[in-house]
Amino acid sequence: MTAVQATVLVVVALGGGAVVLSRDPARQALVTSVFGLSLAALFFVFQAPDVALSQIVVGAVALPAMILLALGKIRRRERAAEQKR
Amino acid sequence: MSPRARMVVFGCGAAGFAALLAWGLAGLPSFGHFDGAYGQLLAHITVPERKATSVIAVTTFDFRGFDTLGEEFILFTAAVGVLVLLRLQRGEEQVPADPQTPREPVAESLSLRSVATALVGPVLVLGIYVVAHGALTPGGGFQGGVVLMSSFLLVYLAGSHLRLGGSRPITAMEVAEATGAAGFVLIGLGGLVLAGTFMENFIPAGTRGSLLSGGDVPLFNIAVGLEVMGALLVVLGELLDQRLLTRKESD
Repeated sequence: MTAVQATVLVVVALGGGAVVLSRDPARQALVTSVFGLSLAALFFVFQAPDVALSQIVVGAVALPAMILLALGKIRRRERAAEQKR
Repeated sequence: MSPRARMVVFGCGAAGFAALLAWGLAGLPSFGHFDGAYGQLLAHITVPERKATSVIAVTTFDFRGFDTLGEEFILFTAAVGVLVLLRLQRGEEQVPADPQTPREPVAESLSLRSVATALVGPVLVLGIYVVAHGALTPGGGFQGGVVLMSSFLLVYLAGSHLRLGGSRPITAMEVAEATGAAGFVLIGLGGLVLAGTFMENFIPAGTRGSLLSGGDVPLFNIAVGLEVMGALLVVLGELLDQRLLTRKESD
């Protein structure tokens, strides 16, 4: 295992911890995006460029976008419920 | 359950999991030493038989093609499921969907708008590149399809919206999704008619390294690219549509 691989493994471990430890869901979605990018780097340095590409587009773009949209929808509904009261 | 008892249960579970994980990891072959016969075989026959340099693309679309067909329809079904759920909710809210009223730009920040506008073109080209070179280099229909989807997402971030030939863009995306899924099956049926087996390669393999090498792999990539782009845009479009509709109601 090379130094680059070891470094990326440590970054991924720290990133995973950061995702779990961030409490605000909207912020968590953005941390997930950065974590997704570091996972892509991990796949790349372990010689799986195909998986790395999929990880970039899904983990760093599509997944956070869907989470943010879903969060926006839930908050709107909560606001609407408060207005009705 | 008291916090103390909960910690004991968690401790037992975590310790057991750690022991099993350590046992499993100790039995793995060391990094870089793979001795699976299937992988070795594929790595040796892909270029001579199919003239495609991306072993992974040939494995997914040729050697394991039927598997990929199933995966295609997982995404298709998921997108249809989201559509059904969201449309039902829109009916419940009784908000009129009026495509004629111009939508307000969503992006307030000028820097976000300029960066998004500048990136639309390059990202679109990158997506087409990744789809077209699926048989040669890492990438392909799935990855390229998501890149294409994000170029349309950038249009939205730039504070604008899609208008494709007067029809609702979401209809056009539904057509793209369906065309991709149907195209995948039709290419497979082409193999059944022209080569005798479903999904058998029926197109000359071409020369190694050229854009059209790999037989039907580039065609499969285009079909998958269309389907993935359409499916994701339909889901995103439905979510954003609702967002705009509900926002209008609250104003």
